[in-house]
Amino acid sequence: MSPSLITVAYLASAVLFILALGGLSTNDTARRGNLFGMIGMAIAVLVTIIAFVSRNLEILIVIMLAGGAIGFILSRRVQMTQMPELVAILHSLVGLAAVLIGFATFMDSSIEYIGVEKTIHEIEIYIGICIGALTFTGSVVAYGKLSGMIGGAPLMLPARHWLNLVLFIAVVVIAVRFVGEPDHNQATMLLLAMTVIALLFGIHMVAAIGGADMPVVISMLNSYSGWAAAATGFMLSNDLLIVTGALVGSSGAILSYIMCRAMNRHFISVIAGGFGTSGGSSAGPSIEGEVQTIDTAAMADLLNAAKQVMVVPGYGMATAQAQHAIADITKTLISKGISVRYGIHPVAGRMPGHMNVLLAEAKVPYDIVFEMDEINDDFPDVDVSIVVGANDTVNPLAQEDVDSPIAGMPVLEVWKGHTTVVLKRGMAAGYAGVDNPLFVKENTRMLFGDARESLEALAQAI
Amino acid sequence: MMIAIPAEIHRGEKRVATSPEVVRKLIAAGFEVTLESGAGTGANFSDDIFRGMGAAIATDAESAWAAGDLILKVRPPEFNDELGRHEIDLMSTGARLISFIWPAQHEDLLSQLAAKQATALAMDSIPRLSRAQKLDALSSMANIAGYRAVIEAAHHFGRFFSGQITAAGKVDPAKVMVIGAGVAGLAAIGAAKSLGAIVRAFDTRPEVKDQIESMDAEFLELEFEEEGSGEGGYAKVMSKEFIEAEMALFAEQAREVDVIITTALIPGKPAPKLITNAMVLSMRDGSVIVDLAAEQGGNCEETVPGKVVTRYGVHIVGYTDLPSRLASQSSQLYATNIYNLIMDMCPEKDGNIMVDMDDDVIRGATVVNQGEITWPPPAIEVSAERKPSFGGQAIKHEGKGSSDKTHDAAIGASGISRFAKSVWLPMILGGLALFGLGQVAPPSFMAHFTVFVLSCFIGYMVIWNVSATLHTPLMSVTNAISSIIILGALTQISSTSNLIYILAGIAAFITCINIVGGFSVTQRMLQMFKG
Repeated sequence: MSPSLITVAYLASAVLFILALGGLSTNDTARRGNLFGMIGMAIAVLVTIIAFVSRNLEILIVIMLAGGAIGFILSRRVQMTQMPELVAILHSLVGLAAVLIGFATFMDSSIEYIGVEKTIHEIEIYIGICIGALTFTGSVVAYGKLSGMIGGAPLMLPARHWLNLVLFIAVVVIAVRFVGEPDHNQATMLLLAMTVIALLFGIHMVAAIGGADMPVVISMLNSYSGWAAAATGFMLSNDLLIVTGALVGSSGAILSYIMCRAMNRHFISVIAGGFGTSGGSSAGPSIEGEVQTIDTAAMADLLNAAKQVMVVPGYGMATAQAQHAIADITKTLISKGISVRYGIHPVAGRMPGHMNVLLAEAKVPYDIVFEMDEINDDFPDVDVSIVVGANDTVNPLAQEDVDSPIAGMPVLEVWKGHTTVVLKRGMAAGYAGVDNPLFVKENTRMLFGDARESLEALAQAI
Repeated sequence: MMIAIPAEIHRGEKRVATSPEVVRKLIAAGFEVTLESGAGTGANFSDDIFRGMGAAIATDAESAWAAGDLILKVRPPEFNDELGRHEIDLMSTGARLISFIWPAQHEDLLSQLAAKQATALAMDSIPRLSRAQKLDALSSMANIAGYRAVIEAAHHFGRFFSGQITAAGKVDPAKVMVIGAGVAGLAAIGAAKSLGAIVRAFDTRPEVKDQIESMDAEFLELEFEEEGSGEGGYAKVMSKEFIEAEMALFAEQAREVDVIITTALIPGKPAPKLITNAMVLSMRDGSVIVDLAAEQGGNCEETVPGKVVTRYGVHIVGYTDLPSRLASQSSQLYATNIYNLIMDMCPEKDGNIMVDMDDDVIRGATVVNQGEITWPPPAIEVSAERKPSFGGQAIKHEGKGSSDKTHDAAIGASGISRFAKSVWLPMILGGLALFGLGQVAPPSFMAHFTVFVLSCFIGYMVIWNVSATLHTPLMSVTNAISSIIILGALTQISSTSNLIYILAGIAAFITCINIVGGFSVTQRMLQMFKG
């Protein structure tokens, strides 16, 4: 196959990928976009196989079919509530692949580089492996945290910022030695040493980040997997990889930015880790006041008497799998002529858009699902707000207490409504470790217990 | 301390200044309670019920008045024709009195009370502070009057209030106009709405529009700019032009509506005349006007206070005792207001009250203190609280606005240096870095680099357009396409080196998991977003 033909095929793939991402701007075009993405991938893979694979084709096909089958089964079996875990583990695979391909490229001596080109090629390999390695372990740790295998609390090593700095300097020092190293074996050792450091760095980086910052972490790892692909593209002089990597990299970066902004935090401080443990929370005022509880029957009366209901879901809804129950209630209320809307905080859940996916799964019509900025001014007109498993995203301290660790974070102002019912297991603080004065406000009622059981009972009662 | 509740002697007055529930609570708070026999009859509270709650029953008025260290009443004390003595003369020296007093109209009462060395608290003089709402007997009574006004209107109106389609034909709903949306007006709106009428309401204070609309009534608007809010949440006298516009509106509405309920009062002034003869004339026969301002002269020119009259076929209800016509209810609410006042003066719950003249609420209500006339009270100095909530908010907004301005000014001053830091510095550094790169990098690298940078920008543009709802599918699909890295594995798998071949094989395997898994789970999610 002629090089130009390959380039054209890659160009087509790149365009299809851009269309795939562009399609996600509306619900209607999103599925077509995904189809474009698949076509683009198929073109790229087929053309590459035809153009480059001269041996081991049978084995390759077996390998690819096996991998594809596993991926397919994974994607069918996964619960929508487990999407963050799936995304995290898939990211780790991209990272791992980047490391493997980087090493393979390094060992491949079929193309000779000289002079500056050699230096640049080596730097590309080095960076590609480095990003790949930290994406790999970082994603694995993130997966562990999300699936509950590792505790969600941030790991606080003493002098962790210094540790990070030392690791970083080590990576740079090794890089300098690696680039000039004429001896291949010696260079391999250096590359392996760097890989180990990058792997450790990935573990430490994500381990130090608390559970509430997971949306940022996931987006950030998404971004890294893109940069890893782009670096691999440089290393292989493949523009399609560069384009795709850059697209994915900037996508993840923007998501990280959106998530950080939604928490009023700096990206650097999220990466530095240790949310909610530095100073502020212990100094924060302890909450005084009496919690007023409510039972499902009383809440049903409350809802039946309401004209406007706002549902504010959080991660708790995902853990309790309560999205179907709340959807049933929504349907009933709407059939009674009560207006029901959903207010979604950008960082609700453990990954960007997590709540939207769960609500879509439960068939909540998406035209009643609103972003925080769209509905926050409407709370004074809301008769009943139902807070399902959200905590930090509805914490008035963010506005009231400048010393609070969440100060300045935009929050859903549920307390401005007439009545708020908070569904919660117990009085534990949210991931940020901050007490929530919402629970003791005069117009707040607490409904303790498993969110799904409570909501199912409520659905019966309405 | 002995609390005595004599029977009301004003003609037609059926209320009583306590209720069985309040008697029980007072006794629990350490007081003793005596009622004049038959005091509660008009409100359907028998002597036996009060006795059951622990109260003593005095056989006649004289003994009841004499027994009390604290007398609770509804109407101001007046001359008792039966006994031939004024009620104040029945009080023991130095006793205390809580009742409506209307000190502005009854200055003679104040001097009589002072002569008795009495202490008197007027329920009508309690300042309108938010913490005094639970003591606000005027609002309690106004609420009842508003409700009763609708009941009286329905009673005199010859038709249903609600519209109906019956086998015997269609019935149009009654149209009710309420003038003045204070406590009474809002209560009237609520009652008329729940009877099924079409309700319109007018008020000179624009801020009550929301309250009116929240009760599903229509707010009649004037094409006229004038703020009608006076002090304390009451209305004030409006300009001549405004009144003309308002009268035109009423004249137009009078031709259309079936029932007019007027509640317009301005503190310390006779009630404004809003419904003229001509308007009454223009109303349909059988229509009803209920004039809640009758006691202050009435909002309607034809109103006769205390009576129902029919003029030009229109029934005009001028009752001045509407709360008394719902005696059980008003006694109950009034008793609770008084109970709350007593509890404010008795923080220890030890059966003794203390008149604390430093407390704004108590100071405002106390018109005679141990023989000394203390009316009118000095103005309360907490201006933010005296105005209703919207006033306070306006102040807050101003404060916020000015701090924003200083903030802006601060930005302006340091703006240049900040701008330099945030925009120019990275740009210059970036430019230098690019220059350095251009110095050393070979053309082949620069070609790839160009593609890379432009792709980042395309990504930036495209991703900002992705709707927030689809962020999770975005992550899974980017995850799938970042597995394009498989191309690296594919170009290496045919290597003759076993190690490279194995590495490439593993890479191909795991990226395939990713590609298929990522696309397929995205498809699954997007399927759900179909809606």
